[in-house]
Amino acid sequence: MTYKTRSELRVILSHLLRDPLGLAGLAIVAVVAFGALTADWITPYDPIALNIMDRLQGPSAAHWIGTDQLGRDTMSRVIMGGRVALEVALPTIGGALLIGLVLGMIAGFGPRWLDNLIVLLLDTVRSFPTVMFALAVVALVGPSLQTVIVVIMVTSIPTYGRVVRTQTLALKSNEFILAERSMGASTPRILAVHMLPNVMGPLAVLASMDIPTVIALEAGLSFLGMGVKPPTPSWGAILNDGYTLVRNTPWLVIAGGIPLIVTTLEFTFLGESLRDVVDPKLRKQR
Amino acid sequence: MSTREALLEIRDLSVDYATAQGALRALREVSFTVPKERIVGIVGESGCGKSTLIAAIIRLLAPNAAIRSGTILFQGEDLLGNTEKRMRELRGTAISMVFQDPMQAHNPVLTVGRQMVDIQYRTGISGAAKRRRAAAMLAEVGIPDPERHLDQYPHEFSGGMRQRIAIAMALMARPGLLIADEPTTALDATLEVQIIHKLKALQTEYDCSILFISHNLGVIAKLCDEVVVMYAGEVVERGSVRSVFHQSIHPYTRSLLDCDPGRIKERTGKLPTIPGEIPNLVSVPPGCIFVERCPDRIACCQCERPGWHEAGDGHGGACHLLEGP
Amino acid sequence: MAALLEVEDLRVRFSVRSGSAGILRLGAQRWVDAVAGASLTVSEGETLAVVGESGSGKTTLARAIAGLYHAQEGSIRFQGQELRGLAEGTFRPLRRHIAMMFQDPVGSLSPRLTVKTLITEPYKIHNFKDRDLDEEAIRLLDMVGLSADFASRYPYQLSGGQARRVGVARALAVDPKLLLADEPTAGLDVSVQGELLNLLGKLQDRLGIGILIITHNLNVVRHVADRMAIMYLGRFVEEGPTGAVFAAPHHPYTLALLAANPEPDPDAQLNRIELVGEPPSPLDRPHGCEFHPRCPFAREQCATQTPTRHRPTADRHYRCHWPQVWRR
Repeated sequence: MTYKTRSELRVILSHLLRDPLGLAGLAIVAVVAFGALTADWITPYDPIALNIMDRLQGPSAAHWIGTDQLGRDTMSRVIMGGRVALEVALPTIGGALLIGLVLGMIAGFGPRWLDNLIVLLLDTVRSFPTVMFALAVVALVGPSLQTVIVVIMVTSIPTYGRVVRTQTLALKSNEFILAERSMGASTPRILAVHMLPNVMGPLAVLASMDIPTVIALEAGLSFLGMGVKPPTPSWGAILNDGYTLVRNTPWLVIAGGIPLIVTTLEFTFLGESLRDVVDPKLRKQR
Repeated sequence: MSTREALLEIRDLSVDYATAQGALRALREVSFTVPKERIVGIVGESGCGKSTLIAAIIRLLAPNAAIRSGTILFQGEDLLGNTEKRMRELRGTAISMVFQDPMQAHNPVLTVGRQMVDIQYRTGISGAAKRRRAAAMLAEVGIPDPERHLDQYPHEFSGGMRQRIAIAMALMARPGLLIADEPTTALDATLEVQIIHKLKALQTEYDCSILFISHNLGVIAKLCDEVVVMYAGEVVERGSVRSVFHQSIHPYTRSLLDCDPGRIKERTGKLPTIPGEIPNLVSVPPGCIFVERCPDRIACCQCERPGWHEAGDGHGGACHLLEGP
Repeated sequence: MAALLEVEDLRVRFSVRSGSAGILRLGAQRWVDAVAGASLTVSEGETLAVVGESGSGKTTLARAIAGLYHAQEGSIRFQGQELRGLAEGTFRPLRRHIAMMFQDPVGSLSPRLTVKTLITEPYKIHNFKDRDLDEEAIRLLDMVGLSADFASRYPYQLSGGQARRVGVARALAVDPKLLLADEPTAGLDVSVQGELLNLLGKLQDRLGIGILIITHNLNVVRHVADRMAIMYLGRFVEEGPTGAVFAAPHHPYTLALLAANPEPDPDAQLNRIELVGEPPSPLDRPHGCEFHPRCPFAREQCATQTPTRHRPTADRHYRCHWPQVWRR
């Protein structure tokens, strides 16, 4: 069983390359990812190294974006912040997607009572306002990267779960599923081989559009001081520092804000471009 | 075709679709007429271009379609040259349509009565009068207890009823031309018979012409006065139903009739077929369009496109074999 | 010829609750009998056609036989073994012998799998580990007249006729004994219908399978079926060898169906019998003979008494108070 054969991947890539916004999205995302992966080697300075003597400097040859209130090189912190953003976004969304997928398929395909139970569960979680929930948990457990990941993951699960459930319900009475049942395919087989590939498309789009939301959420929490623990650099934390010191130097706000805006925008473009590829109606025209 | 006055005249109509592979030549120099108060059938299989033809007549072609050449004259008026505003005036009044899928032909959130009253917006009569006309129309198409049914929603009707309602709506404005695109294909055979009989009766009563598209030869034989046979975007034969069915002159028509299991009385283990597929219309081959599948092909069929030959009495076809010695 | 499939007095019921009462599970439970006591037999090497219009229950019947719907009453015996009420685990090995072809040719193929994966799916389901799937795929494609390069195509790249043949290939993968074909020619152009029907006939001759073909097209029935059974509102109103039924139908509905499939001949004479109205809903079954509201020959008795099953000969059945009434 191959879901995405080489030809499908090529089709997706060729579409992305042809769409200017998709291309831009792909490019910026690639840059951020590269920075995240190689942060340990390419940051000019250690992002958490203090150097009080050089605090609050503007951009210079030595420090391209200047330094913050503790003398740390802002540029390095921004690059490392990219890694933190992805470190939060990817496991969070990955985890939410996986759990949502399993719950959604079981709810859609299984017996009515199980469906009702799972929907109840998902709706309950969904009714909590994310930020409040996050604040409450953080107040209990203390701020940390792990806490942020778990909190955002849990609150994201209902969205994926619902989408998967709806898709599964819609496909359940399709003739190809009936055909598989008539041949004697077991339920796990039907879900894994036949349901899953048809559900993944919209899910992939949802996930890529969700990444900017999660990044912004993490930044927001860090801005409030409820996110990653200092001295770990996060774009939100940089923004927080910069916000209080904006009269001394505007560069911190810029350093924290611009990567945030650009990355969220580009992930969104990427997601929208992906959605056009995945939409089966548009597929036929190609 | 017959010597009656022409209501709709199509001359050398060619329509292309723009695709990634190039221009798809969906219709190529299609010509025929629909005389006044006559039922003309268009018969053809998938890919013959019937849907494109209808879309071209009522000017509702897809955005990637382009009319390459030709004229469409309706009561002398050039439809291709009309503004969209003028076409809107014609649609639903002078030219109305019944579509294939009765399940999708009606607005699901409005009652049938409301829809039938709405389409009378061009008449100046009162609301009550419109409703009366709607009920009368429903009775005409054989819907029992029409007053009550006016207040029901489309989903409360079966497919056959919905198609009758569609016909009622199409005939309400007394159009000169009713275009029916496979109206009975989605219905059961016994319902099909009812609808066909009803259409025939209504046509005589309302003095309209009907352009009836179908791939069902039996239905065409029963309902139509004249028939146009299309294959892969071209008209290959046309004439009165009797002459085309009994004295077919084009090999495709003959093969098609041979394949129809309704014609074969004796049980046979091997039903005839037309092997092969329609050619790629992006790169239209030279020569006759049917050559690859034609059982009677001769040498020149491969390279030369056949011209049109009249066999007399309005019956004609496009085939090299019709050329005299 | 041994009886492959024996269905007796089968009843398939669905619960119907409408509107808000339904959501709240209030009110008495209403049932609709999609199949209301149907009996049939299919033997090896034989083709039985089940003919009926929308709402007759024919698709439900086929799906019940294939184990997709639960039948409330009656019996379904395959090679003597009772299938109704069988646990899924015991049923599964039997499923390889009962293959079903669905009405929507492209829709019954899993859209994201290649043709090769699709037609070799039965091998994986039934754990045939020692087969070379590539070879089997080519063999099956060849059997249905498709070239080997179809193996790497996706369902959306197939025409209706090609997709139907892939459906046949898949159905035959693990050597079934019984094939249930639901409207195999629906939507196919007349010029290619013959290909599929000839293929089914050829395979039947070669492999000796029994075929149950569901269709509303009587012209097709005449050519492929040894016997035919006409279904109306969930039960059979007439049954018998194809030739005999065509030559001398007993039930008015059969006559109407025969008249409704016109020949492509403008001068052909039809028995001009036209039915009144529409097929009733199974929710609202007429009293007496269920066909009487639409029957042009109905008499008083028909509205009050349900006709019993008459058997003038061993292989002919019908349910009518006034069989062949048009002849009198």
